[in-house]
Amino acid sequence: MDPTRLTLVEQTRLFKSGELGAVELVEAHLARIDRLDDALGAFLAVDADAALACARALDARRAAGEALGRLAGAVIAVKDQIVTRGLVTTAGSKILAGWVPPYDATAVARLRQADAIVIGKTNQDELGMGSSTELSAFKPAKNPWDLARVPGGSSGGSAVAVAAHLAAAALGTDTGGSIRQPASFCGLVGVKPTYGRVSRHGAIAYASSLDQIGPLTRSVADAALVLEAIAGQDPHDQTSLPMPAPGLTAIGPHVDLGGLRVGVPDEYLGDGVAPDVRERVRHALARLSDEGATVVPISLPHTRYAVATYYLVATAEASSNLARFDGIRYGHRAAAPADLAELFSKTRAEGFGPEVKRRIMLGTFALSSGYYDAYYLQAQKVRTLIRRDFDQAFAAVDLIAGPTSPVTAWPHGERTSDPLSMYLADIFTVPASLAGLPALSLPVGRDAHGLPVGLQLVAPPLQEVRLLQIAHGLETLLGRESCPFGAEVAA
Amino acid sequence: MDEPTSTSAATAIDVAHVARLARLALSPDELARLQADLGRILGYVDELRALDTADVPAMSHPLPFSSPYRPDEAGAALPRETALAGAAANDGEAFIVPKVV
Repeated sequence: MDPTRLTLVEQTRLFKSGELGAVELVEAHLARIDRLDDALGAFLAVDADAALACARALDARRAAGEALGRLAGAVIAVKDQIVTRGLVTTAGSKILAGWVPPYDATAVARLRQADAIVIGKTNQDELGMGSSTELSAFKPAKNPWDLARVPGGSSGGSAVAVAAHLAAAALGTDTGGSIRQPASFCGLVGVKPTYGRVSRHGAIAYASSLDQIGPLTRSVADAALVLEAIAGQDPHDQTSLPMPAPGLTAIGPHVDLGGLRVGVPDEYLGDGVAPDVRERVRHALARLSDEGATVVPISLPHTRYAVATYYLVATAEASSNLARFDGIRYGHRAAAPADLAELFSKTRAEGFGPEVKRRIMLGTFALSSGYYDAYYLQAQKVRTLIRRDFDQAFAAVDLIAGPTSPVTAWPHGERTSDPLSMYLADIFTVPASLAGLPALSLPVGRDAHGLPVGLQLVAPPLQEVRLLQIAHGLETLLGRESCPFGAEVAA
Repeated sequence: MDEPTSTSAATAIDVAHVARLARLALSPDELARLQADLGRILGYVDELRALDTADVPAMSHPLPFSSPYRPDEAGAALPRETALAGAAANDGEAFIVPKVV
């Protein structure tokens, strides 16, 4: 048996039962990374020594009959946006090249407390800004379903690592779709929790009112297990919510979908959606109907304003958050500046890539004197309108469904020269981000090119359990599909 | 590069001024490219300005929870050498910056 073909739930079960060793699990994943990752570009750093040391300690604890955490034996990769103590963390940016954080993000600390094994840091668009993982300062990542295509982004390396079985699960961060869209492009489950559900402490801030950490996995049950481990209030994040982590592992194999009301926004299946994507989404909705769910047409009329709203709010917050990269406390520092102002401006000009500069400039403009009311404040008001759309919809339906992305994975280079076309690819993921709602992408088949299509499900605030239960029911109906890339490489 | 279609601030954006505010030392080429890119992007986001939001409050937080305060007590902090370890210039006591005054 090749342990890398197992789901995370299976890996932890077999580890705890003594059928599989932690060292065996880690070595199998390291061997795949060694063989395959040059072609994929999923990882920016692999921590083989620490992962093996952690595995040996786990094997010893199991042999001694000690209690083991809920993720014991699970091999998990972490997006480079999320800081890891003692392991180089760059967020895909030259401005942090070589930086070794002195602390763990809360989500990473909770993974370790649950006895997960952190195997490495995954590639991403620089500082979370991009939808293709081509904007990494170090290397692009490739989609394992078709290496000529992008894996989505910004958590593209996390998606590639899990889809290609280089890790059982990965953490990503999602500001406007950066977990859900790469999950969709790579045929994975990706969850953006309710804003505040998971501590942002140690997630390098992009847009603080939108950023959330969440899992990318090969099954809904895997996502539930990881989310349960990382969720919950944290004194280090004032916006983390004061309620206990949801008991997600209670999600059973049999889910009754009868009576479920699923809202499908007219705006989400319009002309801009690729026909194959529309067809797969309709097929998934039909399966829900077969099980007794009611599919209800609804309207989210402010959807068309969501991308514009998002790119003003997110860039404004980014321009403020990224002020911390000034060459003084960590990261790149320009040589021989004439004075302090030049140290700042040269360090930042040398350290940031073109997309990051573009967004800092847009955000700085939106907050600048004379334009604040017309751009930033207006965007925050439209954000209220977008949230009200959802509130009204949820009065009549339990859940909202539609495509995660209007298209499947596009060829490398297709959108890099046109930032606006890249931004518009986020049209279906940014509304839930702006409204702070939990949302999930579930694989629902493939298009004519064989590329995965994702269905996005959006739930009311804090209803992650319901969201995952329904996704689990649908996953059971549709079946799971494994990416064949590298299947010939046996452990 | 297409010109923005609106006659808003998009056409008038002073990218050199914004770059100074953002503490970015950009080359003339970069400024020219950003002038065009930001013009197009602002032309697109200008559609927001047509919405009537006179009676709509700005959203400051997506969920109605107030931020709690922790007790005002000193907690664990990083040791000095750890906090300084990531700095390109430090003297073991403090971060080093160019002379300010």
